[in-house]
Amino acid sequence: MKALIFDIKRFAIHDGPGIRTTLFFKGCPLICPWCHNPESRNADPQKYNHVDKIGKKEFMSEKTIGTYYTSEQLLNEILKDKIFYIESGGGITCSGGEPLFQYSFLNKFLKECRSEDIHTALDTSGYAEMEIMMKIAPLVDLFLFDIKHLDNARHKRFAGVSNDIILRNFKWLVSTGYNVTARIPVIPGINTEKKYINRLDKYLSDLLCDNFKEIHLLPYHEIGCSKYDKFNIGLIQSFEEPQAELLEEYSLVFKKSGFKTKIGG
Amino acid sequence: MNARIKSLREKSLNAVESLTAERALLVTSFYKSIDAQKLSVPVLRARTFEHILANKELFFDEEELIVGERGPHPKITPTYPEICLHSLEDLEILDSREKVSFKADQEMKKAYRDIIIPYWKGKSNRERIMNLMTPEWLTAYQSGIFTEFQEQRAPGHTALGEKGFKTGFRQYLFEIEKVCGSLKENSESSARLVQLEGMRIAAEAMVMYAKRISKMLKDKASLIHDEIRKAEILELSRICNKVPYEAPETFHEALQHYWFMHLGVITEVNPWDSFNPGRLDQHLYPFYKNDIKAGRIDKERARELLQAFWIKFNNHPAPPKVGITALESNTYTDFCLINLGGLNPDGEDAVNELSYIILDVIEEMRILQPGSMVQVSKGNPDEFLQRAIKVIKTGFGQPSIFNTDAIIQELLRHGKDLVDARNGGASGCVESGAFGTECYFLTGYFNLMKILELTLHNGWDPRLKRQVGPETGYPDLFKTFDDFLNAFKKQLEYFINIKIEGNNTIEKTFSDFIPVPFLSLLIEDCIKNAKDYNDGGARYNTSYIQGVGLGSVTDALAAINHQVYVEGNLSFSELLNALEDDFRNHSTLQHELIYNTPKYGNDDDKVDYLASKVFEIFLDAVDGRTSYRGGIYRINMLPTTSHVYFGSVVGATPDGRNAGQPLSEGISPFQGVDMKGPTAVLKSASKIDHLKTGGTLLNQKFAPSFFKNEDSIIKLGALVRSYFKMNGHHIQFNVVDADTLRDAQRYPEKYKDLIVRVAGYSDYFNDLGEDLQNEIIRRTEHKEF
Repeated sequence: MKALIFDIKRFAIHDGPGIRTTLFFKGCPLICPWCHNPESRNADPQKYNHVDKIGKKEFMSEKTIGTYYTSEQLLNEILKDKIFYIESGGGITCSGGEPLFQYSFLNKFLKECRSEDIHTALDTSGYAEMEIMMKIAPLVDLFLFDIKHLDNARHKRFAGVSNDIILRNFKWLVSTGYNVTARIPVIPGINTEKKYINRLDKYLSDLLCDNFKEIHLLPYHEIGCSKYDKFNIGLIQSFEEPQAELLEEYSLVFKKSGFKTKIGG
Repeated sequence: MNARIKSLREKSLNAVESLTAERALLVTSFYKSIDAQKLSVPVLRARTFEHILANKELFFDEEELIVGERGPHPKITPTYPEICLHSLEDLEILDSREKVSFKADQEMKKAYRDIIIPYWKGKSNRERIMNLMTPEWLTAYQSGIFTEFQEQRAPGHTALGEKGFKTGFRQYLFEIEKVCGSLKENSESSARLVQLEGMRIAAEAMVMYAKRISKMLKDKASLIHDEIRKAEILELSRICNKVPYEAPETFHEALQHYWFMHLGVITEVNPWDSFNPGRLDQHLYPFYKNDIKAGRIDKERARELLQAFWIKFNNHPAPPKVGITALESNTYTDFCLINLGGLNPDGEDAVNELSYIILDVIEEMRILQPGSMVQVSKGNPDEFLQRAIKVIKTGFGQPSIFNTDAIIQELLRHGKDLVDARNGGASGCVESGAFGTECYFLTGYFNLMKILELTLHNGWDPRLKRQVGPETGYPDLFKTFDDFLNAFKKQLEYFINIKIEGNNTIEKTFSDFIPVPFLSLLIEDCIKNAKDYNDGGARYNTSYIQGVGLGSVTDALAAINHQVYVEGNLSFSELLNALEDDFRNHSTLQHELIYNTPKYGNDDDKVDYLASKVFEIFLDAVDGRTSYRGGIYRINMLPTTSHVYFGSVVGATPDGRNAGQPLSEGISPFQGVDMKGPTAVLKSASKIDHLKTGGTLLNQKFAPSFFKNEDSIIKLGALVRSYFKMNGHHIQFNVVDADTLRDAQRYPEKYKDLIVRVAGYSDYFNDLGEDLQNEIIRRTEHKEF
């Protein structure tokens, strides 16, 4: 059994506590147009043209995005930074793509992390069968759970899937006592109206508890757009980057409700 | 910062670096005097020192709280013709060069032409050294295989220990008397008595100088109408009448006491590096505590006095360097360094209230000198480390962070007593030393990449177009990669032997002709041994050779191993052709070497083991060898600015680097090749055995955006702690983004105050050569979106 991974980022400091290694799993059932990692959608390795530069001279070559790893290989990769995890209270974060899309592998891999005493975080869209979520949850120390939109019609229109299953999983994780941090991508025009923010605040505040008291606001960043070209993926829509004031305002709403909030994870 | 300090700081920043012939003329007139001919060398040196201090112009700025300048005015720098005689052409170059210039007026040039050059021509130690060096040494020097620290400057760079802060010169005179008494009047001890006589004269000379200043202050005070200031100047006069003869008793006295010693050391000779107050927070704490308790000072006054002390350092640029020595370290900084934190002699956390006050001072002063180093042990609190990181975050390259636990282990390995090791720290760039008890200095940089280039050409230097090294075989005939490494080892050993042989001759010249009776007073056990500091009188003696280009040479070896031996898709003759052509018409190969060949700095064992190999070859060749004065050779891995000079003498190399480009600095990866972030860099860097060195230098560049919240500071602290757990010796951060630096290159006038971390020290960005500026811009910047 192998996982398809499209990036391994060491010294990740915005994906959970401490110094972490973030593993990016390739393949995602959602198609959010603001996605920073569009190359993560397709569940197969993909070829693309890569350019290296020496001075002004360019060197073109065909490269592949996505590498298959056995659980052992991946474990070896993350163990390289174990000393940093221990010192900083960090660990690993499985992100993507949607890591739950490669559930069987994830299940095995997270068990191995457990036996190595490595703190595990799962950065997820929450779009998975409840049964899968129930099996994986005990192996995860912290969920970084995306709440993209509460309105099902809008969620379907943008992300391509219903949010029923997502919100059900979210509620289940919080009410069962798993550690959850909600992550909200802040996309002007999508989820930034005052009315929506208040609705979201109401929804989340109702769930506020010891194991769910932190919210990260992830501002949309144009830097992701260049990837659409690079990997030859049609850019459907571009957005504006949210202003700093908007983010502050957004974050203040949750703070007032008793959440610990962070801008940028 | 109050108005007085602000004004002093402005004056120091605006003072123009220039030269004075004052010291050179005094030294010359004394050496020419009838008296001088009859004196033994130590007494001659001490009497010369006395002559300077008795006759030099005194300076006092009416706002000052610490008194005494080496020159007649801040930033006016004397010359040392007995060590390095500048030619008229040198003075022209110093006066007019674009970077790190020193103004030399007509009067100065006239004194040189008419008096100084005619007397010293052929007699300076620099000329003496060059005459004594073997043809092999001269060839290697010219080829750019090593540099020589003592060529223009005397051995220096030691630090004052605790005793120095607690001891008045009266005590030194008493100790000298005692040792004299115990030495029998036989022929063997006469040489030692002469040494003690020199030390006695030097001690008395400094006391005389302090009293001169005291009198000048008294006279000044009588002209001042402002009663408060008048009282302050009279208090200063009282202090200078007391220290250094008597031991200091107050915070203010302790600072002035040190300053007299600092001035003495940098007036006696031009030591590289100047002199250091060592563990300042430790040394000053008893004075601080007593003064606070007695109500003599409050925290604000302590801060003000420290700031005034800081300005004195900044007033004293490094004496001017010329020629190759200017290329290896061209900067105004004279590497005066403050150590903070660390452990006390019992091995306990030594961080105190003053450690934090001094960090505030560093942050607020934001000046080039003194530099600062925080010592971080397992036993020190995170709060201290995080406070230091917050100063680093302000982006002027200070302080740098040291692993105290590693330094102590290094010093123990070098044979120091545990307490002496715990009282140690770092000076220069990153060099470990036992403060107050050790004579340790750098002797020269060693160009590891040039060794590789010679290995590729069977000992032939393609730049000088002649044979400079031994014939170790043409590489196309080597069957295995190990054969290649063996040839590299032979080349390296050959040149280390030449270097050490040269060093020993040079050490002897300093011992014979330039003893330092004044410095000998301050470093234990020179008095006890009745032996000069430059002749092995100190309790511990170490000579360092600093390896340069580890990252680059590792990448080059990895390329040879990978492309020639493992993959077999490249032959040596193809490679050598491409190198000879500087990759013109070989761009595919260059691309392959740069982009598709494993590189050091990515936590890749396949490459990193080669860094350890090179490190061990270098270590084995140097470590444990003995020096002329009975010291022991150790290695460092640090470059100052020599990685730029060394790069300029090496043609294109197998790592894909073009001819003349800078090498990697310290143990950092080559600029821009570390693709896996800082944890991977630290892992790679920790694979060499730091504990077998006397210091390694690792530079990391972070974008300012990285430090945006408290959380990142804590995480950066954890990053440092992890590196130290792996026995990393030192890490430093440059916090300035590449865009700012590019803008500063375009509009230097807008960035006059921009200080960046170079390598082991910080410097004004505008004072760096363009190639070094580019190199700093290229260093991989870690950032987060």
